[in-house]
Amino acid sequence: MSIVVIGAGPAGLAAARSALRAGADVTLLDSSDQLGGQFWRHLPETSRAAKQHVLHHKWSTFEALASEITQHPRCTIVTSAQVWLLEQRDQGTPRVHAHVGPVDSGGRESLTLEPDALILATGAHDRTLPFSGWTLPGVYTAGAAQAIAKSERIALGSRVVVAGAGPFLLPVAQSLALTGARVRGVYEATTLPALARGWGAKPWKLGAAVGKMPELAGYVASHVRHSIPYLTGRAVVEAHGTDRVEAVTIARVDENWAPIAGSETKIEADAVCVSHGFTPRLELAIAAGCSIGPDRFVEVDARQRTSTRGVYAVGELTGIAGADAALAEGEIAGHFAARGPRSAAVSRAARSRDRFVDFGVRLDAVHAPRRGWTHWLRDDTVVCRCEEVTRGELDSIRSQTASCGLRSLKLSTRAGLGICQGRICGRSVEELLGDNFADGVPTDRRPIVSPVRIGDLAGQALGGSQPDERSPEEPPPQ
Amino acid sequence: MTARRLPAQHDPAERTDPERVRITVDGAELTGPAGSTIAGILLENGRDSWRTTSRDSRPRGVFCGIGVCYDCILTVGAERDVRACQRRACDGDVVSLQEETRPDAAGEGAS
Repeated sequence: MSIVVIGAGPAGLAAARSALRAGADVTLLDSSDQLGGQFWRHLPETSRAAKQHVLHHKWSTFEALASEITQHPRCTIVTSAQVWLLEQRDQGTPRVHAHVGPVDSGGRESLTLEPDALILATGAHDRTLPFSGWTLPGVYTAGAAQAIAKSERIALGSRVVVAGAGPFLLPVAQSLALTGARVRGVYEATTLPALARGWGAKPWKLGAAVGKMPELAGYVASHVRHSIPYLTGRAVVEAHGTDRVEAVTIARVDENWAPIAGSETKIEADAVCVSHGFTPRLELAIAAGCSIGPDRFVEVDARQRTSTRGVYAVGELTGIAGADAALAEGEIAGHFAARGPRSAAVSRAARSRDRFVDFGVRLDAVHAPRRGWTHWLRDDTVVCRCEEVTRGELDSIRSQTASCGLRSLKLSTRAGLGICQGRICGRSVEELLGDNFADGVPTDRRPIVSPVRIGDLAGQALGGSQPDERSPEEPPPQ
Repeated sequence: MTARRLPAQHDPAERTDPERVRITVDGAELTGPAGSTIAGILLENGRDSWRTTSRDSRPRGVFCGIGVCYDCILTVGAERDVRACQRRACDGDVVSLQEETRPDAAGEGAS
């Protein structure tokens, strides 16, 4: 039984370990050159840190997972492996195509795998809603501040504003404080009444959230220690500066996130870190033919099986519910993909998953972006960062063409057609253009998952590699 | 000049840095601890933008920090479009910054 796991964050690591324990041969792929994913993104192996655990949550879990997997004789770990294509087959699990080598370089080694089962653990990335000035240097996603603080020990600014929505803003502020920055405030768009209603309702269903209380208490204590104000019902509606950010305007917002006129205050800052939640990285799941639910996560059954035979999905692909849910889902998927028998351990993981998934549903209900956000845009606000398409241009083309197909609207405006392939602006563009698209193709579909250099593609077409056969000595012709 | 690498002696993680690697960026020599990304070295040396956009000629640098947005791309050796936030710097890397005009901007004085 051969299993390929794509993604080495909490979900993928747990899946790999569980599949190994159930007797499978596992190949674990990750685009980074280290294990841990974004959640456990850490210092390079060349650095030493006696207390790296103070920068992380559940660091000992990571160390245990990494140590068991890396020492396991049936586990092949391929880091710096960028999967760029999943190819559906008439018979069997999709074929996996990856390039292995330095990030974005040409002539990387081609790796093609045909596993018996495939576990997708590709995670999610920050969703940042556009606002005027968000393209200025010094404006970052909250995830960027977190990643660069943990892996480089660089604070992106000395006076930092953190804003957006969701509990993820708290560890980001903590990371910045632990990296020597002064956090001027954390601005949560969700209003206090909405927070109280959302988190206070039916507390007996908050089993998992209660489990998260010590973690939350830690962040609150850290905020108090670092004197970080936490304010609700507020959003960054504009960033100011000429060649880099110098200040932001914060406005109070209503329950629908529409800014309240007259409530604006300007705050000086040299870095602004903004995230309004997460977007799952669905490309591979869509390429594998997995069915995507109306909430735009991968649909899975109790064993984490997708609608595509032999393909499992775990972690944030199935809902944003945090690392505990991801660990439980990974354990379940790895076990069943390896055809493990029912066991007490896997039943325990299933109960844990169900609790945390409830937590994720609550999280989304409370903190998901409300449509009033579009009211803080101006006509000249850039929406698509790559192609520099403004809100006014989107509106104008929508009204001129009367088109109701998302694809044709994208082609007319160029929004979402740039090098990020709509990963950053896609869902915002959809919301600005309207909800009912005749073609029914959302911006999540990207058959080629990452840029491939044309010489490498040509090499591949010329028969550069066969399944399960690597050719490190012979880079494809340039 | 705002991003800053926390000095090792102040790091609550009790970190010790490895020796430094040296890269050149458009001819200027910059250094950073081994294992840094190219973006890390640029940020540590006071650079927070290093690309100019094609339509509006605006400065860009890191945005997402996790390899998703491609805003931080630059040229390493002869290869364009390398994500600075993902690529680790190797001693001796020759980096150049990217500025590009769109094909339809030719002759319009865009630079």
